[in-house]
Amino acid sequence: MSTQNNLEHIPQEKFAFVNDGERLHDKKLDDKPIGYLKDAWLRFRKSHAAVVAAVIIILIMLFAVLAPVLIRSHDSQFMVSTYAKKPPRVKLLQDLGINTGCASRDFSEKSLIKTMALGVAAEGWDGSVTSLKDSMESKYQPILEITDERVTIGADKKESLSFTAQLENYLEVGFMYRTIEQAEYAKIVAWEQETGLHVLYPLINDNEYNMDATDANYWYKSVKGTPVKTDSNGNVKKLAYSDDLVLEDNYKRDAEGNLVYYEYSSGGTVDTAQYKVRVLYYNYYQYLYGSEPYYLFGTDSQGYDMALRLAGGIRLSLLLAISVSILNFIIGALYGAIEGYYGGAIDIILERVSDILSGVPFIVVATLFQIHLAAKLGAVPCLLFAFVLTGWIGTASRVRTQFYRFKNQEYVMAARTLGAKDRRIIWKHIFPNTLGTLITSSALVIPLVIMDESMLSYLGIVKLSTQKFTSLGTLLSDAQGIWTNYPHLMLFPALIISLLMICFNLFGNGLRDAFNPALRGVEE
Amino acid sequence: MRMAKYILKRIILMFFVFFVITTICFVLIRILPRELPADKVMAASIQARWDALGYNEPLLVQYGIYWKNILTNWDFGTSWYISYRTPAWDLLTTRLVPTVLINLYSLAFSIPMGLLLGIYAAIKKNKWQDSVISTLIIVFVSIPSYVYAFLVQYFFYFKWGLLPLQMFSLADAGGSYFTGKMFWSMIAPILSLSFSEIASLCRFTRAELTETLTSDYMLLARTKGLTKGQATARHALKNAMVPILPMIISSFFAVLGGSMIIEQIFGVPGVGPLYLMSIRLFDYDIFMLDSIFYTFIGLAAGIVVDLSYGFIDPRIRMGER
Repeated sequence: MSTQNNLEHIPQEKFAFVNDGERLHDKKLDDKPIGYLKDAWLRFRKSHAAVVAAVIIILIMLFAVLAPVLIRSHDSQFMVSTYAKKPPRVKLLQDLGINTGCASRDFSEKSLIKTMALGVAAEGWDGSVTSLKDSMESKYQPILEITDERVTIGADKKESLSFTAQLENYLEVGFMYRTIEQAEYAKIVAWEQETGLHVLYPLINDNEYNMDATDANYWYKSVKGTPVKTDSNGNVKKLAYSDDLVLEDNYKRDAEGNLVYYEYSSGGTVDTAQYKVRVLYYNYYQYLYGSEPYYLFGTDSQGYDMALRLAGGIRLSLLLAISVSILNFIIGALYGAIEGYYGGAIDIILERVSDILSGVPFIVVATLFQIHLAAKLGAVPCLLFAFVLTGWIGTASRVRTQFYRFKNQEYVMAARTLGAKDRRIIWKHIFPNTLGTLITSSALVIPLVIMDESMLSYLGIVKLSTQKFTSLGTLLSDAQGIWTNYPHLMLFPALIISLLMICFNLFGNGLRDAFNPALRGVEE
Repeated sequence: MRMAKYILKRIILMFFVFFVITTICFVLIRILPRELPADKVMAASIQARWDALGYNEPLLVQYGIYWKNILTNWDFGTSWYISYRTPAWDLLTTRLVPTVLINLYSLAFSIPMGLLLGIYAAIKKNKWQDSVISTLIIVFVSIPSYVYAFLVQYFFYFKWGLLPLQMFSLADAGGSYFTGKMFWSMIAPILSLSFSEIASLCRFTRAELTETLTSDYMLLARTKGLTKGQATARHALKNAMVPILPMIISSFFAVLGGSMIIEQIFGVPGVGPLYLMSIRLFDYDIFMLDSIFYTFIGLAAGIVVDLSYGFIDPRIRMGER
């Protein structure tokens, strides 16, 4: 009791100001404040799957952008139809001793001999290499290894030999006829001397032995494709496959018995006259383009470099998807904000408009846009419009619900009482609340667009393929029907699309969790 | 009563939207230049028919004729190129059978699978079974369906030779879509369709069920003395079903639309290839009917799903402000 009395009757002069003469400050925060986006980033970083997905996406993007820079030997419009549908062939792996560009293939006896004979002809057209076994050493031998040899019984009940062998796909092309001018011929000869590689090979006689006059690979004597030998008595004997088989050549020779390398084909003067020559395509390619054929992902069904086509397709897909996502974001945010903020009659009218738009099936929109406008505007802008026409509706409705939730909250009323204009309230006070969901849904739009775009171009509704670029869906649809023989045509585009889809979904899910304040601190 | 009024309002609104979309589609499709076949006799006869049917009248008159034909004769126009002079409606309905059949088979397989896997994952939440299933879900949901189609073709046809590459035609399979042989040839598209369906249903079920499993009424149920299984089946699952069922209903509607790309790959004579053919061959009456058909299904699915929430969940009162 007494103490209380004492406290009540403290004389006034005993009171003094604390820190008199000093200014008082709030204590400075030791850490920097964590904003909304920073907070989201901190949580995003914790989700390993999303981070890995983001890294993979960045890698794929880097590939799409850098592939044309890194692949120096040719650009995306470079097309060699002779080397269409060839599997990947990588110099680095080749140097390490891993044979790329080859595949296991089944052969009949005839076709095996024909293929192996390419090696003999390329190395030993002058008679230096004669037997199939010796030609295995040659770098031009398409058959790398015979893995299986067996007797099969065909439909005609006859026994025949069948083989399975490792085939180098780029060498399998073998020889081809070309018609060139004399100047070109001289250039090739000069190049041959400079590099020591052979491009020009002797021409072949057109006679009963040669099955197909346009096929430059039947350089040996054959009857219906089966190699034959004429013995000293003039009897024709069929040859069977064996290791040390020696084929009898059928080269064209002039009166003195020299091999003939060119033949007048057409044209008048010295300059314009065309000559038919027979070239070893693998070396001819090097002569034409300055390097051996190396393709990271092989070539596509037309002969373009698959890596560059893929890079172009990824660029197209991503560009389209990101533009759609940004446009959806802008239109949806504006539309949803107006709907949600003003409400009432405006809301009802705008809702009916979006009802109608959302009722139109996307595939019909895309088709109609393509039919009506593709010729005028080009296929890609049309596709972009088609995506945006119905795409923003989801975004708008998300923004609208958020506006309904926040527009009557006290802080908004306070802002209005303080005289804030509508525009300021919408963008400064309410809109930031919707950012999290908006960013998430914009990220999740990207995989959907990639999928729909590939589907539309696969079905042929949208034709996106040109000389310069193509889409992933077009690559897939080009592979349709032939991909079982050339799996890489299907494998790489499908793999890239699947990877993109998985990664963008993971990334979007990570964003969603990061922006969801309800999940804050759950992991800790 | 309020419910009936709400439903009626929704349906009227739906028909309004449907009418507007149909009109837009009609205009956009009718102004496309029509093409006559190269065969002169055929071209003349088709041209004469088009004149008689009023295809050269002003657009508004054509539109009137179009609706008059539908309302009086249920006549949606005629196919000129895909199947000469077959009524568009007949063509669509005959093509609907395989589409619906394949998708129904696929649903019959994927709904139980998806539900079971989802329930299993939710019960085993945060154990290794759950993480395996969740990882697979992400992969399977993301991969486009045509990639499954290629995988199925590759393994089941080329590698193992178990299934045919394409669906049999009617003649090959004994003249009916319901023979065993036909079913066997349908397995490949059914499988391709099922993967993503299973994955998405499984993901949804897992998410919903984990939420209900952690709610307070589950604790109450356990304290009442129910075993974990009983509580899960009677309380958690029942509540989780509220959002799951509408999702299943919407996939039943999606069945009618079918999956264009899967049908194209497996040569299913369904609605999807019909749509593609109608564009390629400029058969615009079919194109129009197909567009209407897809629009209608989309709108109807929206309504049924919305209403189903009201029927399934007693907490939701329809039409309430």
